[in-house]
Amino acid sequence: MNDKSNKNSIIRLFNVSKRFGGKLALKDITLDIEQGELIFISGPSGAGKSTLLKILYLAEKASEGQILIGGMNLARISSSKLPFLRRRFGMIFQDFKLIPNRTVYENVALVLEVAGEKPSFIRKKVMQVLRTIGMEKKFKALPPTLSGGEQQRVAVARAVVGQPSIILADEPTGSLDLKSAQIILDSLMEYHKKGATVLIVSHNLHLLESTVRSRNVEISEGTIKRIATIC
Amino acid sequence: MIHFVKKALADIHSNRFLNLITIITISLSILVVSVFLLFFENASRVIESWNKGGRAMIYLKSEFRMDMLPKLKVKINTLGDIDEIVYISKTQALDKLKKNMSSQSAFLKTLKENPLPDALEIRMKSYNSFEEVQKFAQSIKAIEIVEDVEYGQGWLGRFLKIFNLFKITGYAMCTLFFLIALFITANTVRLAFYSRKREIEIMRLVGATETFIKAPFYVEGLLQGFLGGILGMVILLITYLAVSSGITQSFASYMYFDIRFLSVQTIALIITGSIFLGWFGCYLSLKQILK
Repeated sequence: MNDKSNKNSIIRLFNVSKRFGGKLALKDITLDIEQGELIFISGPSGAGKSTLLKILYLAEKASEGQILIGGMNLARISSSKLPFLRRRFGMIFQDFKLIPNRTVYENVALVLEVAGEKPSFIRKKVMQVLRTIGMEKKFKALPPTLSGGEQQRVAVARAVVGQPSIILADEPTGSLDLKSAQIILDSLMEYHKKGATVLIVSHNLHLLESTVRSRNVEISEGTIKRIATIC
Repeated sequence: MIHFVKKALADIHSNRFLNLITIITISLSILVVSVFLLFFENASRVIESWNKGGRAMIYLKSEFRMDMLPKLKVKINTLGDIDEIVYISKTQALDKLKKNMSSQSAFLKTLKENPLPDALEIRMKSYNSFEEVQKFAQSIKAIEIVEDVEYGQGWLGRFLKIFNLFKITGYAMCTLFFLIALFITANTVRLAFYSRKREIEIMRLVGATETFIKAPFYVEGLLQGFLGGILGMVILLITYLAVSSGITQSFASYMYFDIRFLSVQTIALIITGSIFLGWFGCYLSLKQILK
Protein backbone atom coordinates (compact mmCIF):
# COMPACT_ATOMS: atom_id res chain seq x y z
CA MET A 1 0.00 0.00 0.00
CA ASN A 2 1.38 3.42 -1.00
CA ASP A 3 1.06 6.78 0.62
CA LYS A 4 0.68 10.19 -1.07
CA SER A 5 3.76 12.45 -1.01
CA ASN A 6 3.60 15.72 0.85
CA LYS A 7 5.62 18.91 0.74
CA ASN A 8 6.00 18.85 4.57
CA SER A 9 7.34 15.31 4.62
CA ILE A 10 10.24 14.84 7.03
CA ILE A 11 10.58 11.10 6.43
CA ARG A 12 10.00 9.54 3.01
CA LEU A 13 10.37 5.89 2.16
CA PHE A 14 10.23 4.69 -1.46
CA ASN A 15 9.82 0.99 -2.14
CA VAL A 16 12.00 0.02 0.79
CA SER A 17 12.80 -3.67 1.27
CA LYS A 18 15.03 -5.42 3.75
CA ARG A 19 16.40 -8.91 3.43
CA PHE A 20 18.10 -10.97 6.12
CA GLY A 21 19.77 -13.73 4.15
CA GLY A 22 16.97 -15.18 2.06
CA LYS A 23 14.20 -13.91 4.30
CA LEU A 24 12.36 -10.73 3.38
CA ALA A 25 11.71 -8.74 6.56
CA LEU A 26 10.30 -5.66 4.80
CA LYS A 27 8.80 -5.58 1.35
CA ASP A 28 8.20 -2.58 -0.84
CA ILE A 29 7.40 -0.04 1.89
CA THR A 30 6.44 3.41 0.65
CA LEU A 31 5.48 5.95 3.26
CA ASP A 32 5.51 9.69 3.79
CA ILE A 33 5.60 11.13 7.29
CA GLU A 34 4.88 14.79 7.79
CA GLN A 35 6.74 17.09 10.10
CA GLY A 36 5.08 17.11 13.53
CA GLU A 37 3.04 14.01 12.81
CA LEU A 38 2.31 11.27 15.33
CA ILE A 39 2.63 7.83 13.76
CA PHE A 40 1.91 4.47 15.29
CA ILE A 41 3.44 1.49 13.59
CA SER A 42 1.52 -1.53 14.71
CA GLY A 43 1.34 -5.14 13.81
CA PRO A 44 2.03 -8.58 15.21
CA SER A 45 5.44 -9.72 16.50
CA GLY A 46 7.86 -10.40 13.67
CA ALA A 47 5.90 -8.19 11.25
CA GLY A 48 8.93 -5.98 10.59
CA LYS A 49 8.01 -2.94 12.74
CA SER A 50 11.32 -2.74 14.60
CA THR A 51 13.25 -3.43 11.39
CA LEU A 52 11.56 -0.43 9.82
CA LEU A 53 12.64 1.74 12.73
CA LYS A 54 16.20 0.33 12.63
CA ILE A 55 16.42 1.22 8.96
CA LEU A 56 15.45 4.80 9.78
CA TYR A 57 18.28 5.27 12.30
CA LEU A 58 20.64 3.18 10.18
CA ALA A 59 21.18 0.35 12.63
CA GLU A 60 20.28 -1.68 9.53
CA LYS A 61 20.63 -0.75 5.88
CA ALA A 62 17.78 -1.10 3.44
CA SER A 63 18.41 -3.80 0.85
CA GLU A 64 16.39 -1.92 -1.74
CA GLY A 65 14.62 1.42 -2.09
CA GLN A 66 15.33 4.96 -0.99
CA ILE A 67 14.87 6.73 2.31
CA LEU A 68 14.94 10.50 2.70
CA ILE A 69 15.11 12.08 6.14
CA GLY A 70 14.87 15.85 6.15
CA GLY A 71 16.01 15.75 2.53
CA MET A 72 19.04 13.54 3.29
CA ASN A 73 19.30 10.35 1.31
CA LEU A 74 20.28 7.63 3.78
CA ALA A 75 21.91 5.53 1.06
CA ARG A 76 24.45 8.29 0.51
CA ILE A 77 25.30 8.98 4.12
CA SER A 78 28.93 8.18 4.92
CA SER A 79 29.85 6.53 8.21
CA SER A 80 31.43 9.79 9.36
CA LYS A 81 28.11 11.63 8.83
CA LEU A 82 26.01 8.97 10.53
CA PRO A 83 26.43 10.38 14.09
CA PHE A 84 25.13 13.74 12.88
CA LEU A 85 22.05 12.09 11.39
CA ARG A 86 21.41 10.23 14.64
CA ARG A 87 21.54 13.48 16.59
CA ARG A 88 18.36 14.48 14.75
CA PHE A 89 16.59 11.54 16.42
CA GLY A 90 15.59 10.90 19.95
CA MET A 91 15.41 7.16 20.47
CA ILE A 92 13.54 5.11 23.02
CA PHE A 93 13.82 1.33 23.30
CA GLN A 94 11.85 -1.37 25.05
CA ASP A 95 14.98 -2.44 26.96
CA PHE A 96 15.75 1.26 27.78
CA LYS A 97 19.40 1.02 26.62
CA LEU A 98 20.70 3.00 29.56
CA ILE A 99 24.36 2.75 30.58
CA PRO A 100 24.16 0.85 33.89
CA ASN A 101 27.31 2.28 35.50
CA ARG A 102 26.42 5.89 34.74
CA THR A 103 23.99 7.93 36.79
CA VAL A 104 20.62 9.13 35.54
CA TYR A 105 22.16 12.57 35.03
CA GLU A 106 25.13 11.17 33.08
CA ASN A 107 22.90 9.02 30.86
CA VAL A 108 20.80 12.01 29.88
CA ALA A 109 23.79 14.35 29.59
CA LEU A 110 25.54 11.98 27.16
CA VAL A 111 23.39 13.22 24.25
CA LEU A 112 24.52 16.80 24.81
CA GLU A 113 28.13 15.78 25.50
CA VAL A 114 28.46 13.99 22.16
CA ALA A 115 27.00 17.07 20.50
CA GLY A 116 29.78 19.14 22.07
CA GLU A 117 27.59 21.36 24.25
CA LYS A 118 29.11 23.42 27.06
CA PRO A 119 29.04 21.89 30.57
CA SER A 120 27.01 24.79 32.01
CA PHE A 121 24.36 24.38 29.30
CA ILE A 122 24.34 20.60 29.81
CA ARG A 123 23.78 20.97 33.56
CA LYS A 124 20.90 23.39 33.09
CA LYS A 125 19.22 21.49 30.28
CA VAL A 126 19.52 18.01 31.83
CA MET A 127 18.08 19.12 35.17
CA GLN A 128 15.26 20.94 33.38
CA VAL A 129 14.30 17.81 31.41
CA LEU A 130 14.59 15.59 34.48
CA ARG A 131 12.23 17.95 36.34
CA THR A 132 9.72 17.74 33.49
CA ILE A 133 9.84 13.95 33.60
CA GLY A 134 9.72 13.86 37.41
CA MET A 135 13.15 12.30 37.88
CA GLU A 136 15.11 15.27 39.20
CA LYS A 137 15.39 13.81 42.70
CA LYS A 138 16.96 10.65 41.37
CA PHE A 139 19.54 12.28 39.13
CA LYS A 140 22.40 10.59 41.02
CA ALA A 141 20.83 7.12 40.91
CA LEU A 142 22.20 4.33 38.77
CA PRO A 143 19.70 2.78 36.31
CA PRO A 144 19.73 -0.73 37.85
CA THR A 145 18.43 0.77 41.12
CA LEU A 146 15.35 2.20 39.35
CA SER A 147 12.04 0.55 38.45
CA GLY A 148 11.25 -0.23 34.80
CA GLY A 149 8.94 2.75 34.55
CA GLU A 150 11.56 5.07 36.02
CA GLN A 151 14.22 3.74 33.67
CA GLN A 152 11.95 4.37 30.70
CA ARG A 153 11.32 7.90 31.94
CA VAL A 154 15.07 8.44 31.98
CA ALA A 155 15.20 7.04 28.44
CA VAL A 156 12.50 9.52 27.39
CA ALA A 157 14.47 12.33 29.03
CA ARG A 158 17.55 11.25 27.09
CA ALA A 159 15.53 11.11 23.87
CA VAL A 160 14.18 14.64 24.21
CA VAL A 161 17.04 16.51 25.88
CA GLY A 162 18.71 17.32 22.57
CA GLN A 163 15.39 18.70 21.24
CA PRO A 164 15.37 16.37 18.24
CA SER A 165 12.93 16.90 15.40
CA ILE A 166 12.09 13.18 15.29
CA ILE A 167 11.45 10.79 18.16
CA LEU A 168 11.61 7.07 17.40
CA ALA A 169 10.18 4.82 20.08
CA ASP A 170 10.48 1.06 19.72
CA GLU A 171 7.89 -0.61 22.00
CA PRO A 172 8.43 2.09 24.67
CA THR A 173 5.73 0.66 26.93
CA GLY A 174 6.27 -2.98 26.10
CA SER A 175 7.73 -3.98 29.44
CA LEU A 176 5.84 -1.55 31.66
CA ASP A 177 2.69 -1.72 33.76
CA LEU A 178 -0.31 0.33 32.65
CA LYS A 179 0.39 3.27 34.95
CA SER A 180 4.03 3.57 33.89
CA ALA A 181 3.06 3.10 30.24
CA GLN A 182 0.60 5.98 30.52
CA ILE A 183 3.26 8.27 32.02
CA ILE A 184 5.63 7.48 29.14
CA LEU A 185 2.93 7.97 26.56
CA ASP A 186 1.88 11.31 28.13
CA SER A 187 5.52 12.45 28.02
CA LEU A 188 5.76 11.56 24.36
CA MET A 189 2.50 13.37 23.61
CA GLU A 190 3.90 16.40 25.39
CA TYR A 191 6.88 16.53 23.01
CA HIS A 192 4.66 15.80 20.04
CA LYS A 193 2.58 18.88 20.97
CA LYS A 194 5.75 20.92 20.95
CA GLY A 195 6.21 20.04 17.28
CA ALA A 196 8.31 16.87 17.27
CA THR A 197 7.56 14.10 14.80
CA VAL A 198 6.93 10.97 16.86
CA LEU A 199 7.02 7.40 15.56
CA ILE A 200 5.92 4.78 18.02
CA VAL A 201 6.31 1.13 17.24
CA SER A 202 3.88 -0.93 19.29
CA HIS A 203 1.86 -4.08 19.14
CA ASN A 204 -0.26 -2.70 21.95
CA LEU A 205 -3.36 -1.29 20.21
CA HIS A 206 -4.64 -0.08 23.56
CA LEU A 207 -2.19 2.86 23.21
CA LEU A 208 -4.03 4.14 20.16
CA GLU A 209 -7.15 4.89 22.22
CA SER A 210 -5.40 7.28 24.51
CA THR A 211 -3.79 9.61 22.05
CA VAL A 212 -4.42 12.75 20.04
CA ARG A 213 -4.84 12.78 16.26
CA SER A 214 -2.47 10.32 14.69
CA ARG A 215 -1.98 7.78 11.93
CA ASN A 216 -1.68 4.08 12.44
CA VAL A 217 0.47 2.23 9.96
CA GLU A 218 -0.33 -1.45 10.24
CA ILE A 219 2.39 -3.77 9.11
CA SER A 220 2.06 -7.47 8.58
CA GLU A 221 4.59 -9.89 7.07
CA GLY A 222 6.84 -7.00 6.07
CA THR A 223 4.29 -4.98 4.10
CA ILE A 224 1.94 -2.12 4.93
CA LYS A 225 -1.52 -3.59 5.22
CA ARG A 226 -3.41 -0.46 6.23
CA ILE A 227 -2.93 3.19 7.08
CA ALA A 228 -5.66 4.64 9.25
CA THR A 229 -6.09 8.13 10.63
CA ILE A 230 -7.14 8.19 14.27
CA CYS A 231 -8.83 11.30 15.62
CA MET B 1 39.44 17.10 26.56
CA ILE B 2 38.65 17.32 30.29
CA HIS B 3 35.69 15.03 29.64
CA PHE B 4 37.96 12.43 28.02
CA VAL B 5 40.53 12.61 30.84
CA LYS B 6 37.75 12.26 33.44
CA LYS B 7 36.31 9.31 31.53
CA ALA B 8 39.73 7.68 31.21
CA LEU B 9 40.42 8.14 34.94
CA ALA B 10 37.01 6.69 35.77
CA ASP B 11 37.76 3.67 33.53
CA ILE B 12 41.16 3.19 35.13
CA HIS B 13 39.47 3.34 38.53
CA SER B 14 36.74 0.85 37.58
CA ASN B 15 39.31 -1.57 36.10
CA ARG B 16 41.93 -0.96 38.78
CA PHE B 17 43.49 -4.41 38.83
CA LEU B 18 43.81 -4.74 35.06
CA ASN B 19 45.25 -1.25 34.75
CA LEU B 20 47.65 -1.84 37.64
CA ILE B 21 48.98 -4.97 35.92
CA THR B 22 49.43 -3.02 32.69
CA ILE B 23 51.22 -0.15 34.42
CA ILE B 24 53.51 -2.59 36.27
CA THR B 25 54.28 -4.43 33.00
CA ILE B 26 55.10 -1.18 31.25
CA SER B 27 57.24 -0.07 34.20
CA LEU B 28 59.18 -3.38 34.16
CA SER B 29 59.81 -3.04 30.44
CA ILE B 30 60.92 0.53 30.94
CA LEU B 31 63.12 -0.61 33.83
CA VAL B 32 64.88 -3.21 31.66
CA VAL B 33 65.45 -0.67 28.88
CA SER B 34 66.63 1.93 31.40
CA VAL B 35 69.07 -0.47 33.09
CA PHE B 36 70.70 -1.13 29.73
CA LEU B 37 70.74 2.57 28.89
CA LEU B 38 72.27 3.33 32.28
CA PHE B 39 74.96 0.72 31.67
CA PHE B 40 75.63 1.94 28.12
CA GLU B 41 75.81 5.59 29.14
CA ASN B 42 78.28 4.86 31.94
CA ALA B 43 80.32 2.28 30.03
CA SER B 44 80.59 4.62 27.04
CA ARG B 45 81.82 7.36 29.35
CA VAL B 46 84.42 5.04 30.90
CA ILE B 47 85.62 3.85 27.49
CA GLU B 48 85.77 7.42 26.29
CA SER B 49 87.82 8.49 29.29
CA TRP B 50 90.20 5.52 28.89
CA ASN B 51 90.54 6.25 25.23
CA LYS B 52 91.03 9.93 25.87
CA GLY B 53 94.66 9.38 26.82
CA GLY B 54 95.37 7.63 23.53
CA ARG B 55 98.59 6.32 25.03
CA ALA B 56 100.88 3.66 23.62
CA MET B 57 104.20 2.24 24.75
CA ILE B 58 106.79 1.50 22.07
CA TYR B 59 109.38 -1.03 23.19
CA LEU B 60 112.65 -0.80 21.28
CA LYS B 61 115.07 -3.55 20.26
CA SER B 62 118.35 -3.99 22.09
CA GLU B 63 120.24 -2.61 19.05
CA PHE B 64 118.77 0.82 19.79
CA ARG B 65 121.24 3.62 20.36
CA MET B 66 120.53 7.15 21.57
CA ASP B 67 121.67 8.71 18.29
CA MET B 68 118.79 6.93 16.55
CA LEU B 69 116.22 8.74 18.75
CA PRO B 70 115.76 12.02 16.76
CA LYS B 71 115.25 10.14 13.50
CA LEU B 72 112.86 7.70 15.16
CA LYS B 73 110.81 10.54 16.65
CA VAL B 74 110.53 12.18 13.22
CA LYS B 75 109.43 8.89 11.68
CA ILE B 76 106.76 8.29 14.35
CA ASN B 77 105.50 11.86 13.96
CA THR B 78 104.92 11.26 10.27
CA LEU B 79 102.71 8.22 11.02
CA GLY B 80 100.06 10.00 13.08
CA ASP B 81 98.94 13.07 14.93
CA ILE B 82 101.25 12.77 17.93
CA ASP B 83 100.93 15.07 20.92
CA GLU B 84 103.98 13.97 22.89
CA ILE B 85 106.84 11.45 22.69
CA VAL B 86 108.72 10.69 25.89
CA TYR B 87 111.83 8.51 25.89
CA ILE B 88 112.16 6.13 28.83
CA SER B 89 115.53 4.47 29.02
CA LYS B 90 115.86 0.89 30.28
CA THR B 91 117.60 2.25 33.42
CA GLN B 92 114.72 4.64 34.14
CA ALA B 93 112.25 1.83 33.56
CA LEU B 94 114.02 -0.47 36.03
CA ASP B 95 114.20 2.29 38.64
CA LYS B 96 110.47 2.88 38.24
CA LEU B 97 109.78 -0.84 38.55
CA LYS B 98 111.89 -1.07 41.71
CA LYS B 99 110.01 1.88 43.14
CA ASN B 100 106.61 0.36 42.31
CA MET B 101 107.61 -3.03 43.72
CA SER B 102 109.40 -1.63 46.76
CA SER B 103 108.23 -4.41 49.07
CA GLN B 104 109.07 -7.23 46.66
CA SER B 105 112.14 -5.70 44.99
CA ALA B 106 114.61 -8.09 46.60
CA PHE B 107 114.56 -10.47 43.64
CA LEU B 108 115.28 -7.56 41.25
CA LYS B 109 118.68 -7.19 42.98
CA THR B 110 119.60 -10.67 41.83
CA LEU B 111 119.40 -9.60 38.19
CA LYS B 112 122.84 -9.50 36.55
CA GLU B 113 121.71 -7.20 33.78
CA ASN B 114 118.70 -4.98 33.13
CA PRO B 115 116.16 -7.11 31.18
CA LEU B 116 113.88 -4.16 30.38
CA PRO B 117 114.00 -2.55 26.93
CA ASP B 118 114.33 1.12 26.08
CA ALA B 119 110.90 2.55 25.36
CA LEU B 120 108.99 5.51 24.03
CA GLU B 121 105.72 6.60 25.54
CA ILE B 122 103.54 8.40 23.03
CA ARG B 123 100.25 10.21 23.34
CA MET B 124 98.06 10.81 20.31
CA LYS B 125 96.48 14.22 19.79
CA SER B 126 93.18 12.96 18.44
CA TYR B 127 91.60 9.78 17.15
CA ASN B 128 88.11 8.59 16.60
CA SER B 129 88.13 4.93 17.47
CA PHE B 130 89.97 2.07 19.02
CA GLU B 131 90.50 0.69 15.50
CA GLU B 132 92.35 3.87 14.55
CA VAL B 133 94.75 3.44 17.49
CA GLN B 134 95.18 -0.20 16.52
CA LYS B 135 96.06 0.73 12.91
CA PHE B 136 98.47 3.39 14.09
CA ALA B 137 100.17 0.92 16.44
CA GLN B 138 100.60 -1.57 13.62
CA SER B 139 102.34 0.99 11.43
CA ILE B 140 104.74 1.81 14.30
CA LYS B 141 105.41 -1.88 14.82
CA ALA B 142 106.56 -2.06 11.21
CA ILE B 143 109.54 0.22 12.03
CA GLU B 144 112.67 -1.90 12.09
CA ILE B 145 114.02 -0.84 15.47
CA VAL B 146 110.65 -1.33 17.21
CA GLU B 147 110.27 -4.61 19.10
CA ASP B 148 106.66 -4.26 20.21
CA VAL B 149 103.86 -1.77 20.75
CA GLU B 150 101.47 -1.93 23.67
CA TYR B 151 98.30 0.14 23.59
CA GLY B 152 95.92 -1.75 25.81
CA GLN B 153 94.91 -3.93 22.91
CA GLY B 154 94.36 -6.86 25.20
CA TRP B 155 92.02 -5.62 27.86
CA LEU B 156 90.48 -2.74 25.89
CA GLY B 157 89.75 -4.96 22.90
CA ARG B 158 88.25 -7.61 25.15
CA PHE B 159 86.20 -5.01 26.99
CA LEU B 160 84.92 -3.59 23.72
CA LYS B 161 83.94 -7.08 22.56
CA ILE B 162 82.00 -7.68 25.79
CA PHE B 163 80.52 -4.21 25.54
CA ASN B 164 79.31 -4.87 21.99
CA LEU B 165 77.91 -8.24 23.01
CA PHE B 166 76.05 -6.52 25.83
CA LYS B 167 74.76 -3.98 23.36
CA ILE B 168 73.28 -6.68 21.12
CA THR B 169 71.78 -8.46 24.15
CA GLY B 170 70.46 -5.11 25.32
CA TYR B 171 68.76 -4.39 22.01
CA ALA B 172 67.24 -7.89 21.94
CA MET B 173 65.98 -7.63 25.54
CA CYS B 174 64.59 -4.13 24.98
CA THR B 175 62.74 -5.27 21.85
CA LEU B 176 61.37 -8.31 23.66
CA PHE B 177 60.15 -6.31 26.65
CA PHE B 178 58.75 -3.61 24.38
CA LEU B 179 56.70 -6.25 22.55
CA ILE B 180 55.50 -7.80 25.81
CA ALA B 181 54.43 -4.41 27.15
CA LEU B 182 52.78 -3.59 23.83
CA PHE B 183 50.87 -6.87 23.87
CA ILE B 184 49.69 -6.34 27.47
CA THR B 185 48.67 -2.74 26.80
CA ALA B 186 46.78 -3.70 23.65
CA ASN B 187 45.08 -6.51 25.53
CA THR B 188 44.02 -4.22 28.38
CA VAL B 189 42.46 -1.80 25.92
CA ARG B 190 40.74 -4.70 24.18
CA LEU B 191 39.28 -5.98 27.47
CA ALA B 192 38.22 -2.47 28.46
CA PHE B 193 36.58 -2.06 25.07
CA TYR B 194 34.64 -5.31 25.34
CA SER B 195 33.59 -4.58 28.90
CA ARG B 196 32.12 -1.30 27.61
CA LYS B 197 30.63 -2.71 24.43
CA ARG B 198 27.04 -1.97 25.45
CA GLU B 199 27.99 1.54 26.51
CA ILE B 200 29.72 2.13 23.16
CA GLU B 201 26.69 0.81 21.28
CA ILE B 202 24.47 3.28 23.18
CA MET B 203 26.91 6.10 22.56
CA ARG B 204 26.76 5.39 18.84
CA LEU B 205 22.96 5.38 18.94
CA VAL B 206 22.84 8.84 20.50
CA GLY B 207 25.18 10.25 17.87
CA ALA B 208 28.70 9.88 19.28
CA THR B 209 31.43 10.11 16.66
CA GLU B 210 34.18 7.47 16.52
CA THR B 211 36.64 10.09 17.80
CA PHE B 212 34.41 10.69 20.83
CA ILE B 213 34.28 6.94 21.50
CA LYS B 214 37.98 6.28 20.95
CA ALA B 215 39.41 9.34 22.73
CA PRO B 216 39.03 8.01 26.32
CA PHE B 217 40.82 4.79 25.32
CA TYR B 218 43.72 6.77 23.89
CA VAL B 219 43.89 8.95 26.99
CA GLU B 220 43.85 5.75 29.07
CA GLY B 221 46.71 4.31 26.99
CA LEU B 222 48.72 7.53 27.27
CA LEU B 223 48.15 7.64 31.04
CA GLN B 224 49.16 3.98 31.41
CA GLY B 225 52.32 4.65 29.41
CA PHE B 226 53.15 7.77 31.39
CA LEU B 227 52.54 6.17 34.80
CA GLY B 228 54.44 3.03 33.75
CA GLY B 229 57.38 5.16 32.61
CA ILE B 230 57.43 7.19 35.83
CA LEU B 231 57.19 4.05 37.98
CA GLY B 232 60.02 2.40 36.03
CA MET B 233 62.21 5.48 36.47
CA VAL B 234 61.47 5.67 40.20
CA ILE B 235 62.41 1.99 40.68
CA LEU B 236 65.61 2.55 38.69
CA LEU B 237 66.48 5.66 40.71
CA ILE B 238 65.94 3.87 44.03
CA THR B 239 68.05 0.91 42.86
CA TYR B 240 70.72 3.28 41.54
CA LEU B 241 70.92 5.18 44.83
CA ALA B 242 71.19 1.92 46.76
CA VAL B 243 73.82 0.28 44.52
CA SER B 244 75.90 3.04 42.89
CA SER B 245 77.88 4.12 45.98
CA GLY B 246 78.88 0.49 46.62
CA ILE B 247 80.12 0.01 43.03
CA THR B 248 82.04 3.30 43.08
CA GLN B 249 83.75 2.30 46.35
CA SER B 250 84.65 -1.16 45.00
CA PHE B 251 86.34 0.32 41.94
CA ALA B 252 87.87 3.28 43.76
CA SER B 253 91.14 1.44 44.50
CA TYR B 254 91.68 0.53 40.83
CA MET B 255 90.51 3.59 38.97
CA TYR B 256 88.42 6.71 39.07
CA PHE B 257 84.98 5.33 38.33
CA ASP B 258 82.02 7.61 38.71
CA ILE B 259 78.58 6.11 37.96
CA ARG B 260 76.08 8.70 36.94
CA PHE B 261 72.29 8.42 36.67
CA LEU B 262 70.64 8.84 33.28
CA SER B 263 70.80 12.30 31.77
CA VAL B 264 67.66 14.45 31.72
CA GLN B 265 67.46 13.99 27.94
CA THR B 266 67.56 10.21 28.28
CA ILE B 267 64.90 10.26 31.02
CA ALA B 268 62.70 12.47 28.83
CA LEU B 269 63.28 10.09 25.92
CA ILE B 270 62.34 7.05 28.03
CA ILE B 271 59.15 8.67 29.37
CA THR B 272 58.20 9.76 25.84
CA GLY B 273 58.88 6.21 24.63
CA SER B 274 56.72 4.84 27.41
CA ILE B 275 53.85 7.20 26.55
CA PHE B 276 54.22 6.17 22.91
CA LEU B 277 54.06 2.53 23.99
CA GLY B 278 50.70 3.15 25.73
CA TRP B 279 49.35 5.02 22.74
CA PHE B 280 50.58 2.48 20.20
CA GLY B 281 49.11 -0.46 22.15
CA CYS B 282 45.78 1.36 22.17
CA TYR B 283 46.04 2.21 18.48
CA LEU B 284 46.74 -1.40 17.47
CA SER B 285 43.95 -2.73 19.62
CA LEU B 286 41.29 -0.26 18.45
CA LYS B 287 42.37 -0.67 14.84
CA GLN B 288 41.81 -4.41 15.10
CA ILE B 289 38.52 -4.18 17.05
CA LEU B 290 36.94 -1.49 14.87
CA LYS B 291 38.16 -3.02 11.60
